[in-house]
Formats: sequence, structure tokens, C-alpha cells
Amino acid sequence: MSKSFLEVDGLSKVYPDGQGGELTVFEDIRFALEKGEFVCIIGHSGCGKSTILNVLAGLDEASAGNVVMNGKEVKGPGLERGVVFQNYSLLPWKTALNNIVFAVQARWPKWSKEKVKEHSERYLKMVGLDHALNRKPSQLSGGMRQRVSIARAFATQPELLLLDEPFGALDALTRGVIQDELVKIWEETRQTVFMITHDVDEAILLSDRIFLMSNGPNARIAESVKVDIPHPRARATIFQNPAYHKTRDYLVDFLVNRSGSALPEKDGSPKFVEPARDVSQSKPVSAGSETESETAARAVNA
Amino acid sequence: MASLNVRAALLSVSFLILALGLWEMATQPPEAQTGLTEYEMLMGGVEQESRVPPPSAVIKLAWAELSDPFYDAGANDKGIGIQLAYSVYRVLTGYLAAMAIALPVGFLIGMSPLMYKALNPYIQVLRPISPLAWMPLALFIIQDSDASAIFVIFICSIWPMLLNTAFGVANVRQDWVNVARTHELGPLRTAITVILPAAAPTILTGMRISIGIAWLVIVAAEMLVGGTGIGYYVWNEWNNLDLASVIFSILMIGVVGMLLDLALGKAQKLVEYKE
Ligand SMILES: Nc1ncnc2c1ncn2[C@@H]1O[C@H](COP(=O)(O)OP(=O)(O)OP(=O)(O)O)[C@@H](O)[C@H]1O
Ligand SMILES: [Mg+2]
Repeated sequence: MSKSFLEVDGLSKVYPDGQGGELTVFEDIRFALEKGEFVCIIGHSGCGKSTILNVLAGLDEASAGNVVMNGKEVKGPGLERGVVFQNYSLLPWKTALNNIVFAVQARWPKWSKEKVKEHSERYLKMVGLDHALNRKPSQLSGGMRQRVSIARAFATQPELLLLDEPFGALDALTRGVIQDELVKIWEETRQTVFMITHDVDEAILLSDRIFLMSNGPNARIAESVKVDIPHPRARATIFQNPAYHKTRDYLVDFLVNRSGSALPEKDGSPKFVEPARDVSQSKPVSAGSETESETAARAVNA
Repeated sequence: MASLNVRAALLSVSFLILALGLWEMATQPPEAQTGLTEYEMLMGGVEQESRVPPPSAVIKLAWAELSDPFYDAGANDKGIGIQLAYSVYRVLTGYLAAMAIALPVGFLIGMSPLMYKALNPYIQVLRPISPLAWMPLALFIIQDSDASAIFVIFICSIWPMLLNTAFGVANVRQDWVNVARTHELGPLRTAITVILPAAAPTILTGMRISIGIAWLVIVAAEMLVGGTGIGYYVWNEWNNLDLASVIFSILMIGVVGMLLDLALGKAQKLVEYKE
């Protein structure tokens, strides 16, 4: 059997329910990620997405099961896994640049000061913050902070990037801009990314596959949905792809109608689905076939 | 219209003039023996010396003292500068010693719930003890009045620093600790690069409280052990019935205390951060 880059096997998390019993948040979570894949996970609030991500990060421990990356079991946090937290988690007494320098120094302790600085500046530039190098987080807007946080994670070039709702606290406009930036950086670096989101459009824009989680307690990763849209993608044009709509309809239907009852395969691995299989094999549709509502949607999102 | 600062300064100065004026008037020497108040008659009349001196006399004395603060004319006649220097030296020595213990122990207690639980009962019992209550024991064990005064400063300034350090360290946001963890920082690097700067404002608050307490206590301690220092000086001048000197040194105690607090306040500003 060929081993995947990341293998998650039989993960579950049990908390005491406060009345002497136990509460199984999720159980028997199994999935694999390949090198260079971008995978989003969607599920209703409280089903345990953050917990799974924290277990992958090594910040939390699962009640059962294990995580193997590159053939090595994950036990505790490590530099080969970078995390972008929902609340940015920048060190407030350091400037934007020094927050990144801090991470880069930790990653490559032998580098010279100049090299560290140059490398850090390059990543800040990548997220369009070269004008705000010397500002403290408190002097940055929410969107700018999240950019610093993303730059920090990419700058250490981890083998696996873990993003927990990185844009959750941002307004729609800012969110769109940073999504574009994330797409751009990812096209450049092709890092393996595991990301939590609540936003179906965001998931389609970014991912190769989307994991769908059923509702808790006893939540599972029920399905793994392939996003059959070629890279590079752009927020402004992705609506023109018919595969986009098929995929979106499928995801929304799952979240609205089926997340309560959906189950994975008998062996516990997520069901693999390709909602856009037919359309992606026919030739891409011209812009003329666009409906009015799509044009409107694009105008809003542009 | 003048700025708030200017108006406040004007008001401050007028208050000062008013207070000094009232004080000056209240302490005019009685005219011959005619106008004795009831109180003075009870006291059997008063002598010039035992009356509260007017501000003019205090200012004159202050001028003389401050123009030569470091003269040394024997055990009982040293300049105010020398006396203050003795006190500041004792306060800083005791304070630094307390810091050297309070910061590491505070870190330990803050980071380890086990150590917190184990040490907390002792801290709770020792903390409310008046620092001067230690004096007899210190004198007996250390056998040296100067070192005993320093010990009293040590014991009184250790608690706020210790407790604030522990509190600050224990309450560092888990997110920041997680940042350190995901970057594989060892315990020492985490303590220095993340926890220390995160807890620094709380620690500095403790240090500022400590220096204030230390300065309050040194006056009392020096009154007890005698010899040198501003506390001894105040007491000595009281015994000499030189009230102008007493008032002058009270003011100097206030000024030095304010300077110490100002210095710590500046340090506090340096480590502050906004989230
Ligand atoms: N310390 C705890 N004790 C008991 N239950 C907990 C504890 N921490 C988390 N849980 C439960 O675990 C479940 C999963 O939490 P988690 O934060 O992983 O959800 P999530 O899927 O990330 O939700 P959201 O989308 O709202 O962020 C929640 O239902 C929560 O109630
Ligand atoms: Mg979450």
C-alpha cells in the first residue's frame, strides 16, 4: 500500500459531558492528504473541526487514533506544521516584521540576521504589507493582521499548513482580497494546506478537495468532494466555470439537507464524490451562457 | 484660551501660595505675652522653638541644606543628601535582592500549578506580616543594624513582585504560548521571548508597588535602627525639637519617593503593549 503524505487514522475526541457521562465530539476520523494538496473542511459549528486541526498541529491530543506525517507519528507541535489561528495570534509587543523574524529565526537558527530579515520582508511583501513593516499589530486593521499571520506561516515553509477559519473575522471585501492573495501565494509555493472554513465559495475557490463533516456529536468526515476546476483560479472568473455551480449546489445540499445523517464508507474513509464529473469532461463553457444572477454575483464579488 | 496644562499649573501654584500664606499667618509668633490662646495658657506659654515654624523658616532652612547637601560634620550632623543617599542605597539593595528572588520564583509559581499550590500557603501567611515585625528577629540573627534594615526592605518588597510575576506569567494568553509551541521554542526561549514580554506589564506593576512600599518602610526602619538615613534624620531632628528640619525632611521624603515612582513608571511605559 502506498503511503500518503499525511494519514489520519481513527481519530476521536471524547469530553466529559458534565453530568458524569461522556460526550463523543467526533469519532473514527480517517483521511489522507497528498503532498501539494489544498483541502478545506466544512461542517456545522461545534462538530469538531478546530479540534481536528489542533490535533494535526499537535496542540491538542485526540482520545484515540493517530496522525502520521511523512511516515512519522505526530506527537506535539513542530515547525514542519505551520498554523494560522483564527484570532491571528501575533505577538502584540513585536512589529509586523519582527513577528515574522521571530518565526524565521526559530525555523532557521543558523541564518544570519540579514538573511532572516530579507526573507521575512519578502513574505510581508507577498501579502502587500511592505509599507507596514514597523507597525505593531495594534496599529494594523484586522485584515492586515491576518495577512501578517499568513505571511508568518508561509515564511517558515512548513510541509503542512493548517488554517483555522483564517478569514472568519473579516468583512466580505477584505476577505475577498486576502483570498486572492492566498491563491497567489499558494500558486507560487504549492504547499500542502488543510483549512477550516464556513464559506462554501471560499472552499471551492481554494481547494482541490473539500471534506464534509456530519453534525456532532459523533461527527464523521462523511464525504470528500473533488473540486474539478483547473488552477490557476481567480475569484472574478471562477463563476464562469460550470463545474463551480455543480460543486456549489452539491455542497449546499449536503450542509442544508444531509449533514445530519450522512455517513462515510463502511471502512470509515470519506466517500469520494465528483459532483462536476460530467461538466468538467465536456469543454469549458463560453461566458455567454452565464445567467443574470451570476453576473450580479460577480459584480458583488469583484 | 490657555491649554489644560497651563491652567492646571496656574491653579496648582495658586493653591500652593494660598496654603503657604495660611500656614505663615497661622504660625506668626504671639505678640509679647498679651495674646495667649487658651491652649497656650494651658501649655504654660510657648517658646519660640516648640511652635510649628512658618514656611519662610522652612524655606530658608531648605535653601541652606540644599546648597550644601553632602557635608559631613560627624555622626549627628550630616547633610540631607548623605542621609537620603543612605536610605536610597538601603532601599535599592533590599529591593534588588527581592527582585532577584521574586522574579524567578514568581515565574516558577506562575508556570507550574503544582508549585503554586505548594507555595501559596506560605506566601499567604508571610505576606500580611508587617515588615517591621521582622526587625527584632533580623537584628538578633544578622547582628547588624544596617543589614537588618536592608533585610526589612527585602521582605516587604518581595511580595508584590512575587505575586504579580506569578499572576502575569500564569495569565499569558494561551494563543501566544501556542505560537511558541508551534515554533518549537524550548522552555527557556519561550520564557524569555514570549512569556516575559507578555507578562512584563504586570510584573512592572508589582515592581512599582514594591518600590513604593519599600520607601514607606525604610523611614520607619531607620527610625528604629538609627545611625544614618532619612528616617533617623527625621527622628533625630524631632529629638532636637528642630521642627523646621523635620518638615523639610518630610518634604524630601516625598520628593524622593515621587522620583522612585516616576522611574518605575517610565520603565512600565517601556514594556507596555496594546493588544
Ligand atoms: N474543554 C471542553 N470540554 C467539553 N467540550 C468541549 C471542550 N472543548 C470543546 N468542546 C466541544 O467540542 C466540540 C468541538 O469543538 P470545536 O471547537 O472543535 O468545534 P468547531 O467545529 O471548530 O466549531 P466552530 O465551527 O464553531 O469553530 C464542541 O461541541 C465543543 O462543545
Ligand atoms: Mg472552530
